[in-house]
Order: sequence, then structure tokens, then C-alpha cells
Amino acid sequence: MDVGGDTRRRLVVIGHGPAGHRLVEALRERDTAGAWQITVIGEETRPAYDRVALTSYLTEDAELAFPAHGPGVRLHTGDPVTGIDRAARTVTTASGAVVGYDALVLATGSSPFVPPVPGRDLPGVFVYRTIDDLDALRAHCAARPDAGGVVVGGGLLGLEAARALQGLGVDTHVVEVAPWLMPRQLDEGGGAMLRRHIESLGLTVHAGTPMAGLEAGPDGGVARVRLSDGSAIESSVVVFSAGIRPRDELARGCGLPVGERGGIVVDATCRTADPAVWAVGECALVDGQVYGLVGPCFTMAEVVADRLLAEATGGPGQAAFGGADTSTKLKLMGVDVASFGDPFADRAEGTLGVTYTDPVGGVYKKLVVSDDARTLLGGVLVGDATTYPTLRAYVGAELPGSPEQTLFGGTEPAGGDLPGATVICSCNNVSAETIRCSIRDEGLTDVAAVKGCTRAGSSCGSCVPLVKKLLDAELVAAGIEVSKAICEHFEHSRAELFDIVRVRRITTFTQLINEHGRGRGCDICKPAVASILASLGNGHILDGEQAALQDTNDHFLANLQKNGTYSVVPRIPGGEITPDKLIVIGEVARDFGLYTKITGGQRIDLFGARVDQLPQIWKRLVDAGFESGHAYGKALRTVKSCVGSTWCRFGVQDSVAMAIRLELRYRGLRAPHKLKSAVSGCARECAEAQSKDFGVIATERGWNLYLAGNGGMRPRHADLFASDLDDETLIRYIDRFLMFYIRTADRLQRTASWLEGLDGGIDYLREVIVEDRLGICAELDAAMERHVAAYSDEWRDTLADPDKLRRFVSFVNAPTVPDPSIAFAPERDQIKPVLLAGPQLEVVSR
Amino acid sequence: MTADVQTGPAHAVPAPTTTRWHEVCAYEDLLPERGACALLEGIQVAIFRTFDGELFALSNFDPFSGAYVIARGILGTRGGTPTVASPMYKQVFDLRTGRCLDDTEVALPTFGVRRTPAGRVEVAL
Ligand code: SRM
Ligand SMILES: Cc1cc2nc3c(=O)[nH]c(=O)nc-3n(C[C@H](O)[C@H](O)[C@H](O)COP(=O)(O)OP(=O)(O)OC[C@H]3O[C@@H](n4cnc5c(N)ncnc54)[C@H](O)[C@@H]3O)c2cc1C
Ligand code: SF4
Ligand code: FES
Repeated sequence: MDVGGDTRRRLVVIGHGPAGHRLVEALRERDTAGAWQITVIGEETRPAYDRVALTSYLTEDAELAFPAHGPGVRLHTGDPVTGIDRAARTVTTASGAVVGYDALVLATGSSPFVPPVPGRDLPGVFVYRTIDDLDALRAHCAARPDAGGVVVGGGLLGLEAARALQGLGVDTHVVEVAPWLMPRQLDEGGGAMLRRHIESLGLTVHAGTPMAGLEAGPDGGVARVRLSDGSAIESSVVVFSAGIRPRDELARGCGLPVGERGGIVVDATCRTADPAVWAVGECALVDGQVYGLVGPCFTMAEVVADRLLAEATGGPGQAAFGGADTSTKLKLMGVDVASFGDPFADRAEGTLGVTYTDPVGGVYKKLVVSDDARTLLGGVLVGDATTYPTLRAYVGAELPGSPEQTLFGGTEPAGGDLPGATVICSCNNVSAETIRCSIRDEGLTDVAAVKGCTRAGSSCGSCVPLVKKLLDAELVAAGIEVSKAICEHFEHSRAELFDIVRVRRITTFTQLINEHGRGRGCDICKPAVASILASLGNGHILDGEQAALQDTNDHFLANLQKNGTYSVVPRIPGGEITPDKLIVIGEVARDFGLYTKITGGQRIDLFGARVDQLPQIWKRLVDAGFESGHAYGKALRTVKSCVGSTWCRFGVQDSVAMAIRLELRYRGLRAPHKLKSAVSGCARECAEAQSKDFGVIATERGWNLYLAGNGGMRPRHADLFASDLDDETLIRYIDRFLMFYIRTADRLQRTASWLEGLDGGIDYLREVIVEDRLGICAELDAAMERHVAAYSDEWRDTLADPDKLRRFVSFVNAPTVPDPSIAFAPERDQIKPVLLAGPQLEVVSR
Repeated sequence: MTADVQTGPAHAVPAPTTTRWHEVCAYEDLLPERGACALLEGIQVAIFRTFDGELFALSNFDPFSGAYVIARGILGTRGGTPTVASPMYKQVFDLRTGRCLDDTEVALPTFGVRRTPAGRVEVAL
């Protein structure tokens, strides 16, 4: 590598992890004069990527690469630096390259610590740090279905690794030496509660028992983990996640001071004992501490960028590292755990610990406050971490209410009260003041803009709710009303628009926007208004102007897939289907070469249809007696059923018949969001009715009705609304519930969050639906009767209308030509979509 | 995108050399406030007719999803700018310049488009 006869200063960065990457970006951003010429040398074969999101590489094949550095940065990967000659100011790499520097930054990060136990080098033993580690782990597990596995270490990373390993189909055990999980963040009570959550995920926990060693099986690979109490865990894969060690070997090799327990010693400007050498990130020992979180690593990188620039330009370098927030939140789906500030501060004199335990709900919370109970010092949240972003921001500041109120979530502070110095985003070290200023100075009006401008919220994302609060408070202060406006085209909320359309009998979008809005609408208000018009019964959703309002799914009456093809879901009410109809679905799929899959909604999805094939496919299905399943619509999806009293020896009512009756009654009903339902034949609840928008469970005397349940991202158990109902009362209540929801909910608000936001909750809902407190029941009943009477199958109607059919072509100028960009590859005897490379992006210069 | 990517020369956008106008369809074939796609010399062009009758033509390739779907997006306005939203991940593009309003480093190629006196729609490559 030749650095050329350039007169600019030469900066060499060793290590291209998050810290090295951020340093280069920060310097490039500020060094507009190009004072520094930058060379980065990395050991990994790929450029820097988002290590924090590493697990999503395993679980979702996520793309982790950070944006490439712009021109002018030389990046040399796959070649570790092996030595530093401080006298000559050069570094040497494994391949023999020698590179000279004027300034050198060590950003070598850390490596996983593998305790010196017998068997640690056996095949089948892994660490969890790089993409290469994960590739090796995945390949190993793929070759061993049904394997047992052990993760050594029950800390943040260990639990994340354990869940990922489980995702690879491995029956996973976690071995933790300390008496409870996450001992560095949690106290004993929190650790015990966390264990219950972890075990309910199907992971087995061994805490308080050190490991004695690993034993090999007949194939020479690891087969067993032996614990010090003599017991053994069968496991053909072992992942060590027992802490990290700073990679300070280069510093040691060239005589730079390192800490007693490792880490390159630096001052508050991140400079080592040699003024030409700096260290940032997890390899650095600053303030006597090595930080294992990305936030402080970024801060150090920013500090050094500032100092380097000052050095080159003779300006005043001011940035210094002043300690960092070490609050953490576990990134496990379904387990809420967080600690913030100093969670162990209550071990000191003059502090108070306030705890709250709910063994039934699995919730444990602790706040540590100063002895006047006003200043928040730290705390722990297990089982419910919704208040984490706010509490974290209050560390070191005065609480707005008493600790008890805060624990019970009674006083959700408005973002406006937060002191300016409070760090809102600890990943990127952004304070409340910085966010407020940029909102004011740049005139920002949404969270995306704040993210782009300040970087707050762009890493782990846990601070986003708080960023939103700050934004709202700023907007209110600026006299900009934080309106419920659905988008820039209407001042109104969805519920208000619904009433306007209903009361004024408006039937077109054009009329509505001319009289009550501005501009020409967008992809937010148009589908919302289309849905309102449909809920109020305005004919076929593709009639006249309505067609132009629909999202592509509703426009083609099918679901868009990643390669531009669509999926087809015929309705199968209650999940009941005759063999003949099953055969038709099979034949259609075979004849059109579609991928078929049983959905989670008890029906069959056919994937990979081009728009021009949709009418032909539906012609066959409609002729065989199928109708639209509305999988594409914000409408009733499915009413799942269990087999019920007809066959099941425990069933007490005919759940299939009731499910079919409900599905046929509400099919085609357009709503603010999709609607799902299920009917179970007895209390064993095989249809999972309590996770549905409306669920029905049979009793000896009739039906229990459950409302506002939800699966999905934030599951919610439905609330029992009424018991032992007869068929007719059941249906009347559901009619009213649905119509009331359709009238009053926000756009894309499921019934669960609608009910949570409804003043008075389920009791109020009972007053409205059962006691007719608002005097609107007759209206709601009539609206549902109109829906039922007006129902007709959208696909049958479309097939009968040549005007509508004309849209189902890939190309207007060549209606018979299939889209050549659509391609498939075989997989497990079916097809899967393949994306072809597209045209080059046109990049607009800034 | 993974190893499955193949390159098809038919999908590349050629460098603009000489302008050739291609007849696509009748103006009336285009629904107001909706798009349609034309295949011209192997290039997919998304053509839009806005509510006031204006025509726009952009590449049909959505750079964010890698699928050819722009023509199926919803039209609208953002602060007076006529827009289309990709139906896949909803990024919004300026119909006049192709520029993405949610990520200013990205723009869709645009094409000339006109309505002939005979009521036909033509696109320039
Ligand atoms: C096909 C299917 C997966 C499967 O192969 O099993 C599926 C596929 C999709 N689901 Fe689902 N969901 C499917 C069952 C479910 C279930 C299970 C169920 O219905 O019992 C759930 C959890 C239950 C629930 O919704 O409460 C489910 C929760 C979601 C969510 C999260 C909803 C929430 O409130 O959090 C989304 C996202 C959304 O709608 O905003 C979603 C969104 C989607 C979308 C529409 C995403 C998209 O925009 O591409 C998928 C497209 C459907 C398609 O292309 O046909 N899907 N989805 C299932 C179709 C069921 C059916 O026959 O209609
Ligand atoms: C699975 C996982 C989940 C995590 N989750 C979170 C989280 O939720 N929140 C959080 O704050 N942090 C999290 N972290 C920690 C976070 O990833 C680290 O703090 C961050 O990566 C540190 O950045 P770094 O650049 O200092 O070091 P590293 O990321 O370790 O990068 C150092 C780079 O230098 C290279 N290198 C080392 N020696 C040499 C040499 N001699 N020559 C050339 N190159 C060399 C290494 O190969 C490596 O690529 C997580 C880490 C893991 C592994
Ligand atoms: S819910 Fe009851 S009736 Fe239905 S299958 Fe289960 S046990 Fe049988
Ligand atoms: S705290 Fe992680 S992104 Fe803000």
C-alpha cells in the first residue's frame, strides 16, 4: 500500500467496527478541507457493519452493512495489523504491507472471553461476535437437526445468543455462574423474575453452578457440558458468551500502557501515552473503565475526530469523553428487561430502593432514589419496560412525581419537562437540548426528520417514543398544534372524517377533499377515505373514482409480494372445506405454477400470480364456488374454528357452524384495520379465540364473548365482555361492537389499541352496547343490516365487468406480454421469487 | 439482496442519446389519478395521469424494493408537489423530477411524455 506523495497528514485507523467506522464518518463530515488522508485497515473480510443488530442477521437475514465511506478513504479489509513501530510511525499487516502514519487510531474492539475450561477447543464450540461466527454456527446447526445446545453466560449477550440458537431449532440451555441471570444489570429479585420469562420461552436455565468442562463424543466434536455439581447437559453445540476482553495486544506489543485487566489506557481525549496514538471503542480504557456498549464507543470516536481536526487546522479541540450512560435494554422478542442509571445504587448509604412485584403478571420493577425520594439514581424493569425510555432520561434528575406514582406509570412525564442536559439517545449521545434546538432551528416536524438531523433514535431505537414526545412538546410550544390530523390534506382525525362522510352523505373523495381538505390527497388519506366510503356502503370498491384511492392490494384484489407478483386467498369460512374444493385449489395452483401454503388463518394462500393472471385464476375459483377472502383488505379476514361438539369428545357447542355463520355475516366489512375472529367449542380454547378482535368460546349454556384481543407485534388477551349468551344476543353484540369501532377508531388502529384508548374501557363499551347509553344501538344495528344485505363477492363482480378487467394487464401498450422482470427459482419442489438486478440508481448530488 | 440476483441487459436504462418518441396508448386508457406501465424497448416506464390531466413518466423500477411496481402507487400531493408513493415500502417520489422526497439521495429516471392532438400518449426514450 502506497500512500503517495501527498502532503496531507496521514491517519491510519486499525479496526473497522462501529467505532472505526464512526470515527471516519465524523472526521470526513467535518474535515471539509481534506486535511487528513485516511487509511483504514480491518481484520474482518467485510467492511464495518452494525454489530448491535448481529442477531437479526441470523433470524431475518438482515443486511447489516453500514453506509460505505465516500471517496478518499482507503479501506483495506481481511488483513489484520500485526505490529506497530512507534519510532518509525508505521504499522505492518499480516500480508506484509507497511503503512506510515502521522496519527494512528486503534479501534480494535474486543473479543469474546472463553474461560480456560477443558474442551474449549473442541469442534462445535463457538463464540458470538462476527458475521463469520454466525455463519459457522448456522452451518453447524443445520447439519444437526434436533441438536441440544448450551450457551455459557446468562448476561445480555448470552440470552440474546440463546434465543437465536433456539431459533436455529436447537433445544437450548443457558449456564450462568452467578446465582441469577444478568447479574451485571439486575438485582436478585429482577433476576428471579427474568428467569421465569426466559423459561417460559422454552429455554432451560442453570444458574449458580459453574461449568467443569466440555466432553467430546465419538465423532470428536463436543457432545456434553459437565457442570461442577457433576450433572451433564447433552449438547452438540456450545456458544461462549461469558464476557469480553479488550483487544489490546497491538498496544502491549509496542509498549503502550494497558490496564490491569486489559484495555488501552487513554485520557479523556482518548489519547494514549504516545501523542500520535489514540484508542477508541471497546479496546479503550477510559476513566478506568472499558465500555461494552456502542453508545460510548461512538462518543469516543466523535471526540477523536474533533481532536484530530483541531490538530490539523490549529483550531481549538474541545471535545472530551465525560463518562457514559450504561443503561441497557434486552433485545429479546417477548421479554421486557431494562436497567438504567446505577441499578445497584441502593447498596450505598443515603439512598432508597422502591420495588414493585406482580408475580401473576411477571412484573418486577425497582427504582433507586436519593434519600429525599426525589432524584432518580437508577433502576430495573422486568416484564414491563414501557417506561424505560422516560425513566432512563430522568436518571440524575428530579422525578416529576413520587417514586410510587412513577413505578405504577401514573405520571408519564411530558417530554417538555426534561432538563436540557438529559441524554435522550444514549447510543448516539444526543441530549434533549440538542434535539430541541434542531427541531426549532431546522423547523423539523416529524420523527424521521429528527432522526436524520441528530442521529437520535437511529441505532437501537429504544429512545424513539421519547424523541416523539420532545417533538410534540416543541411543536405545541411553537404554537403548531399537534393535531389529530390524518395527514397534510385533512385537519380531521379518521373518526371525524367518518362522521363528516356519514352525516353529510358524501360519496366521493373529490367532494370530501374539495369541501373539507386541501391538495389532492396522498397514500395515507386516500385509502382511509376509501375504507370509510366502503364501510358506509358505496358499491364496489373499484367503482368510478374509488378505484384510484385504493392501495395496490385493494386495487388488484390481491396481496402484493416482494417481487411485484400477487397472492390469492379464497375464503374458506371457519376453515371448513370439502375435498372437491381442496382439489380445485390444488389444480388451479398447479396449472398456474403458484406456490401454495397453509396460512395462519386456517386457509390456503397461492403466491406468485402476475396481475394479468389474476382474473383467469379467479374465474376458475369463482366457477368452483369460491369467493374473495379479503386477505388484501382492511376488512374481516377469517373466523377460525376448532372442530367443536360435532366431533370432539369435549365440545359443548357447534363451534364450526357458529364460525361459518359469523364469517359469512361479516365478510367484506371494511374497517379501520383488519378484523380477526375465532370460535372455540369449549374452554380448552383450541381456536385461540382470546387472541382475536372478537372471540367466542362455548359454554354449557351458550357463548362467552371476548373483545379486543390481538396477536401480532403487541399481543393482547381479549377481555371477557359477556357470558352465556344465546346465538342471537351474541350476534347483536358483535354487530354493535364492530360498527362502533368502525365509526370511532383511528386509521390502522386495531380493536385492541382502540379499546385501550377508549375512556372508561370495557365497562364503558358495555354501557354503549348492552345498555345503549349513547342511544345509537338502533343506528348501529341498521348499519350492520345494510352491510349484510348489500354484500356481494368483489371478485365475481369484477369478472363480470369488462371495464374493471381492463386494468389487469402488466403493460398498457402490450396487454398480452407478461412482465419480464418476474422470475422464479425452485425451492422445496415449489417456486420462490427472484429479484432481477434493476437499473442503476441515479444519485442526486447534495 | 443475495446471491440470487441476476443481471438482465433488457432492464438497464440506456444513456440518453437521440430522443425517440414511442406511442403507448390512448389518453383515455389512462385512469385519472392512477398509473399504468408501458414496456418500451425492454424498458418499463410508469405513466401517470393526474387529476388535472397532466402526464408524467418515470422508471417503473422501485430502487428500495428492487421490484418493478412504481406504476401501481397512489398519486397525491405533498405541499403542492405532485407525487407517487411506491406501493411496496411507501417512499414518496416527485412526479416532475423523480426525486425521492423521503431520501433525497435517490431519484427515479424520468422520461418525456406528451399527449398528441389525436389523443394518443407518447413517451420519449
Ligand atoms: C399469509 C399469512 C402468513 C401465513 O403464511 O400464515 C399472513 C401474511 C401477512 N400478514 Fe399476517 N398473515 C397471516 C396470519 C396472521 C396471524 C394469525 C391469525 O390471523 O390467526 C397474525 C396474528 C393475529 C393478529 O393479527 O392479531 C398476523 C399478524 C399480522 C400483523 C400484525 C398485526 C398487529 O395488529 O400487530 C401484520 C401487520 C399489519 O397488519 O399491520 C400482518 C401482515 C401481514 C401481511 C399483510 C404483510 C404484508 O403487507 O405483506 C402478509 C401478507 C399476506 C399475503 O401476502 O397473502 N400480519 N398474521 C397469514 C394469513 C392469514 C389468512 O389466511 O388471512
Ligand atoms: C450480539 C451482540 C449484540 C450487541 N448488542 C448491543 C446492544 O444492544 N447495545 C449496545 O450498545 N451494544 C451492543 N453490542 C456491543 C457493540 O456491538 C459493541 O459495543 C461495538 O461493536 C463496539 O465497537 P468497536 O468498533 O469498538 O469494536 P468491534 O465491533 O469489536 O470492532 C473492532 C474491529 O476491529 C477489528 N480488529 C481487531 N484487531 C485488529 C487488528 N489487529 N487489525 C485489524 N483489525 C482488527 C476486529 O476484527 C473488528 O472488526 C452487541 C454486541 C454483540 C456481539
Ligand atoms: S376447543 Fe374444545 S371442542 Fe374444540 S377441539 Fe378443543 S377440546 Fe375440542
Ligand atoms: S438510545 Fe439507542 S437509538 Fe437512541
